[in-house]
Amino acid sequence: MKRFLTLTILSLCSLVGYTQAAEVEMADTMRANGKIYVVVGIILIVLLGFIAYLFMLDRKLNRLEKEYKK
Amino acid sequence: MKQNWWKYIGVLLLIYVHLGGLMLEAPRLNILNETVRALYFHVPMWFGMVLLYMISVFYAIKFLRNPLSDADVKSVEYAHVGTAFGILGILTGMLWANYTWGSPWHGDPKQNGAAIALLVYLAYFVLRGSIENDEQKARLSAVYNIFAFAAMIPLIFIIPRLTDSMHPGNGGNPGFNAYDLDSRMRLIFYPAVAAWFLIGLWIVSLRVRYRILQNHLTE
Repeated sequence: MKRFLTLTILSLCSLVGYTQAAEVEMADTMRANGKIYVVVGIILIVLLGFIAYLFMLDRKLNRLEKEYKK
Repeated sequence: MKQNWWKYIGVLLLIYVHLGGLMLEAPRLNILNETVRALYFHVPMWFGMVLLYMISVFYAIKFLRNPLSDADVKSVEYAHVGTAFGILGILTGMLWANYTWGSPWHGDPKQNGAAIALLVYLAYFVLRGSIENDEQKARLSAVYNIFAFAAMIPLIFIIPRLTDSMHPGNGGNPGFNAYDLDSRMRLIFYPAVAAWFLIGLWIVSLRVRYRILQNHLTE
């Protein structure tokens, strides 16, 4: 009986291990502890900076065009 | 402000794409793992490039039918920004391939085709730079632009589909289905294409306005 019990427990353990290995690895820990927001924040800052730069160039050209028309 | 609405739409979509692309659920797939998200950023570069090249060839034909200098300037600048998108597309593709295919350059038909297409377009700029006469430059480069576009389409879309390619959507590989591009991914991917295309149009418009001003000043 004891032997049967250990066998079942061990086989159950291996089954648990097997299903975990079959699961696709993703950056779940990073999401769980919230560090993903650091990455998202940094990328957003770069993106917004790039967009702001485009708007500034746009304004500069607007001014030049107005000046030229005068 | 009112004429700029499409720029704001592009910016808002881009912010949404970055937030959603990084944080929303993505399909769990072997080998790809978390890199499946690269699709939101890598593929829109190529879509943007092809769309910008299409507009470029449209203006090239327009110029040949009616030689206005504006059509030539537009044709060049669309091709210019399109090439910038293409270079970003090839670099992001190399980084992605390094992790999923094992090395940055595999000699995969899709990679080779894309590289040749970019070289064909780089030759367009070399051609423009090598002709002194402005009229001749515009006319010859417009003709070459048509050739370049006609070469790019089979290089990127047809040849990789006829041969073996590891790139999704080519050589018998499923395209979006490989990534299980379900409604979740479509919800980010299509806005990403629209957003980058709008940003591309914006950069083109800045460059065209700059070039037109420059032409006025040198005249």
